[in-house]
Amino acid sequence: MNAREDLTYVYAAVPDTREVRASLGGLRGVSGAPVSLLAAGTAPVAFVVSRVAPDEFDERTLKARFEDLEWLEGVARAHHEVVQTVARHDTVLPLRLATVYQNDDRARRALTDQSRAFTERIALLRGRSEFGVKLYVSPAGSTDRTGRTDGAESREGAADDASLTPGKAYLRRRRAQHSAQETRYRYAQEAAARVEALAPRFSTHRVRHPAQTGALAGPEENVLNDAYLVPHDRAEEFRTALAAAVEGLDGVRVEVTGPWAPYSFATPSPPSGPGAAGEGAAP
Amino acid sequence: MSDPLPDRFGSVPSRAAPVPYGPSSSANLADILERVLDKGIVIAGDIRINLLDIELLTIKLRILVASVDKAKEMGIDWWEHDPSLSSKHTGGPLAEENRRLRAELEALRRERLATGEPPEAEVFEDVEAADGAEPEDEAPPARATRKRPPRKRGT
Repeated sequence: MNAREDLTYVYAAVPDTREVRASLGGLRGVSGAPVSLLAAGTAPVAFVVSRVAPDEFDERTLKARFEDLEWLEGVARAHHEVVQTVARHDTVLPLRLATVYQNDDRARRALTDQSRAFTERIALLRGRSEFGVKLYVSPAGSTDRTGRTDGAESREGAADDASLTPGKAYLRRRRAQHSAQETRYRYAQEAAARVEALAPRFSTHRVRHPAQTGALAGPEENVLNDAYLVPHDRAEEFRTALAAAVEGLDGVRVEVTGPWAPYSFATPSPPSGPGAAGEGAAP
Repeated sequence: MSDPLPDRFGSVPSRAAPVPYGPSSSANLADILERVLDKGIVIAGDIRINLLDIELLTIKLRILVASVDKAKEMGIDWWEHDPSLSSKHTGGPLAEENRRLRAELEALRRERLATGEPPEAEVFEDVEAADGAEPEDEAPPARATRKRPPRKRGT
């Protein structure tokens, strides 16, 4: 490696148009470097690139850097910002974070090799965006750490609490809480079924992500984490339908994120398995 | 993969999308990381980052090791319910329940100590067995007559 030469960081593949080129004016990417378009011959697609310093992006440094959340967030957000900016102007194929080449020539070669596949994929994704659909179940009585009062679900037993021993009252609360939670999970299943049923009306493809196991939104539990590919002009309807789908299902919340550039659909053959792209094909 | 929908946008790719692509800052970092680290096209770069091939879980772990507090500040705490990553925080419903049971157990112990009753180790089981048999909070005397002998606690 020519250690002092800047490296070429690739954000995405995108149609090589004047509009796209114009959209990159003033745009800054990773490390605040200006972003530009890298074309390869007559290929209809180009790479969105910027320069990065070799001492920051060589293999050894990168490995260490990935453990530095602050650095990782900076790069991830910069990468995403560039991708989303271009996505406002044309269909974009986001590349995995930190796809780096020794120089523009090397990147150009990679582009040429896959130009055809990129072009086909862009044609498929054109006019569509990715939307994240997440279902959350709020835990019954999770707000009270002492376990003394366990929320609305246990209220049925509350009236008797005064006349019960602490132990019996506790058990009663536990039972009520348990059954409340069972109900919520049942509701969550129902919500997931409704989402699955309505999605084909709006979406051509679905990718199922692992649930984000943890409390990203307070104490709620994420039980569904899907990505759908939705035509731009159906996006609002999609949101509305999803919101309606969970109505009446207490303790279950739907969160729709996006529009995202089609990260989850950029790869022609996503990892196979239940829920991989294509399963949700519209009728 | 065939695409049954008519491609009505094909002729106007340059028009700004009718849906607003929000700025990066508006998105949840966990959602962003999920996509930029785990999705998107993988093509062989010159710089090989093996980490990217590793399950996101590994990266989560590395993040955890690197900077828990910083991550929490930013609202990332997805590992906290992951039993394989969790150390002191909630490890999911079971851990949550466990903690609650312990707290309750401790409370009952203290209560018994306060009434001068010799404490038993298996308070919770006793209470369960006694369901329906005790009229009042002044239960300690009744408990003392429990068939099962009190556990020895080193005294």
